[in-house]
Amino acid sequence: MENNETGKSSRRNFLRNVGIGVGAVSVAGVAKATLFDGNEANAKSGKTVKLLSPDGTLVEVDQSDIKPAGTDREIQAEVKSEAKKGLPNRKFAMVVDLSKCANARACVDACQEGHMLPKDHEWMKIYMLQDDNLTAKYWFPRPCFHCDKPMCVSVCPVGATYKRPDGIVLVDNQRCIGCKFCMTGCPYSARVFNWKDPEVEVPEDHVYDPETNIPPVEGTVGKCVFCADNLRKGVLPRCVQACPMGVLYFGDLMEDTVTNGVETVRFSKLMTDRAGYRYKEDLGTLPSVYYLPPTNREFPVEMGLEGADETITGRYKNVGPR
Amino acid sequence: MMEADKKLIADLTPEIENTSIKWYITFFVFLAFFVVGIYGLIQQIDKGHIVTGMRDNVVWGFYIVNFIFFMGLSYSGALISGVLHLFHTGWRKPIIRMAELITVISLVIGPFFIFFCIGRLDRLHYLFMYPRIQSPITWDVIAICTDLVGCFIYLYLSFIEDFAILRDYPDLNVAPWKKKLYKILSLGFTGTEHQHRLLRNARTVMAAMIIAIAIIVYSVLAWIFGVTLQPGWHSTIFGPYFVIAAVFSGTGLLIILMWIFRKVYHLEEYITKRHFVNVGVLLTVIAAFYGYFTFSDYLTKWYGSIKMDSILIDKLFTDYYSLFIFANYIGILLPGIIIAFPRFRTIPSITIAAVIALLALWVNRYIIVIPTLETPFLPIQDVRTDWITYAPTWIEWALTFAGVSVFAMLFMLVSKIAPIISISEMQEKDKIEIMK
Repeated sequence: MENNETGKSSRRNFLRNVGIGVGAVSVAGVAKATLFDGNEANAKSGKTVKLLSPDGTLVEVDQSDIKPAGTDREIQAEVKSEAKKGLPNRKFAMVVDLSKCANARACVDACQEGHMLPKDHEWMKIYMLQDDNLTAKYWFPRPCFHCDKPMCVSVCPVGATYKRPDGIVLVDNQRCIGCKFCMTGCPYSARVFNWKDPEVEVPEDHVYDPETNIPPVEGTVGKCVFCADNLRKGVLPRCVQACPMGVLYFGDLMEDTVTNGVETVRFSKLMTDRAGYRYKEDLGTLPSVYYLPPTNREFPVEMGLEGADETITGRYKNVGPR
Repeated sequence: MMEADKKLIADLTPEIENTSIKWYITFFVFLAFFVVGIYGLIQQIDKGHIVTGMRDNVVWGFYIVNFIFFMGLSYSGALISGVLHLFHTGWRKPIIRMAELITVISLVIGPFFIFFCIGRLDRLHYLFMYPRIQSPITWDVIAICTDLVGCFIYLYLSFIEDFAILRDYPDLNVAPWKKKLYKILSLGFTGTEHQHRLLRNARTVMAAMIIAIAIIVYSVLAWIFGVTLQPGWHSTIFGPYFVIAAVFSGTGLLIILMWIFRKVYHLEEYITKRHFVNVGVLLTVIAAFYGYFTFSDYLTKWYGSIKMDSILIDKLFTDYYSLFIFANYIGILLPGIIIAFPRFRTIPSITIAAVIALLALWVNRYIIVIPTLETPFLPIQDVRTDWITYAPTWIEWALTFAGVSVFAMLFMLVSKIAPIISISEMQEKDKIEIMK
């Protein structure tokens, strides 16, 4: 069938491919308009542009041939469909080394900044846990667990939250009706609600992407997205990059590799050597976040609150055996 | 041609011909509550849900409590008129109209509290555009819609004969539009043997249907809580427990309305002590079941050593101690004691028992919903300190009272166009008594 294609139809086919490319570019967060400057000229402009086609070959096309792949609506639909498919042949996982966390809160800040979250809106929370009176307190960073059997996805009445083949659970805040059932469904309190207008300014040509959930929308639910936009670019999630202690490891279970940006280790070996576990395994939600027990710590747990102001210390009044 | 006793019509349709000043005053008082509620709702839509007491941990508050509560009230119709109809219980006749009206009106009001609770009211239609059958909310949408249709039909079937009587009653002094309305709504019913049989069969079928639908609706409502993993909610007993609680509240409300209507419209001749005692005994029997379910649910949570259950029980017996005692001891035992002993059985005391039962039921829903949300698996930490505990704001109170007001106003409006006690049923009763 490919052989029968006329030049014209193959050009159309190519443009369709470019269209997909453009969709993918917007997914990566680049404003869609930059590619289409001056496309009102119908005649050949003579200026050529180099583009990478989806199969990886570099091609050169006349600038006048580059047209928007669709209306804003179509581009939005394309972005959302990409965000639904996820990255092929990946199974993302995070490992949290509890022996290193000192509540530096760099992950929280980086996450809030990167996702334009209001300051009282944490996707990443740091808990101070204590299992029993006789056992030690420890800091416990909690992103969304991106469960393989996510209760939040099961209970969503409109399919606003969904599970991707690469393991990531996302929320489409243009679909979410704000019933908050997912929030009661999640046993890890990983979801937050936009109780008021977040008043976030985005560029006019910004395309909403569930992979970043920017901008947050009043009356909808938000949560950690494992920085799916970064993963698409091959970059580590914001919290992993920000952590000064190297607490957070991120990686791909298909490759059996995780990294905290400094060291890269075999996931399976790390689990074996350090006795990795998942929080509340008994609930059967199969989280994608693994924890390494807080053994051999180099600093006392109280260090995490030293020098913190009341707005932070006040958050840890409810600490005790649980 | 439908014939009717003049006295029956005069007694049972006190508000159809003319409207008393008392009616207007009462109506406007309720309307004022309603307007305050609407003002609160506008605030909430304008400023966002930040104006409510709900926050990231307690994401469901008064609204969900009211939703469950009003849905529960709709049980009185299913039980009293449905069950009593199927068993041909003679004394039901003066009160079934009320029970059916409670059913339909509370069924209409209930879902509005869901509308207040969801963050994006403008996307409500997504429930129908993108439904996911895995979600218990979708089950609920289907169940409530079915229940609404079923209960409307059942109510309407019981009205047809009365509308025909009013249509054919020559001395009825009402506005022409009302006459016309009766003509349309009576669907050409003239009281032939064939029509009577059709109507009777239809009502029997619908009575059985609405009992089944009502059980499904309330079980599904319970499963919204039951299917989650949350301590206190994740319970197999929740379906039947919610159903029996709903019947309890519906029966309680029926007694209260019987008292109000008897007083306001001077229906002492029709609604007698016998009715109060009979429905009261029903309430006591249901209270026994309800108490038994409550006890077995909390006993199994309390006896074991599962950490989250213990934390929840501790919370119920400390922060929620007085509410817990009121809802689960006073609210169940007191109505039982009042009604179980014949010498306590007076119309006012039975009514007071019903009021206690109804309030206790509301509180029971509150202590099912809120304490669980305040005891998540991970302790509530790393949130703004003023976001930790739930306290309803004036807007949530205002909308709660608005819901109650709408309930009252709809009842008052219905009494303007239709008899509050079924005339046709009362006539039939007379005939039967004459035949004896």
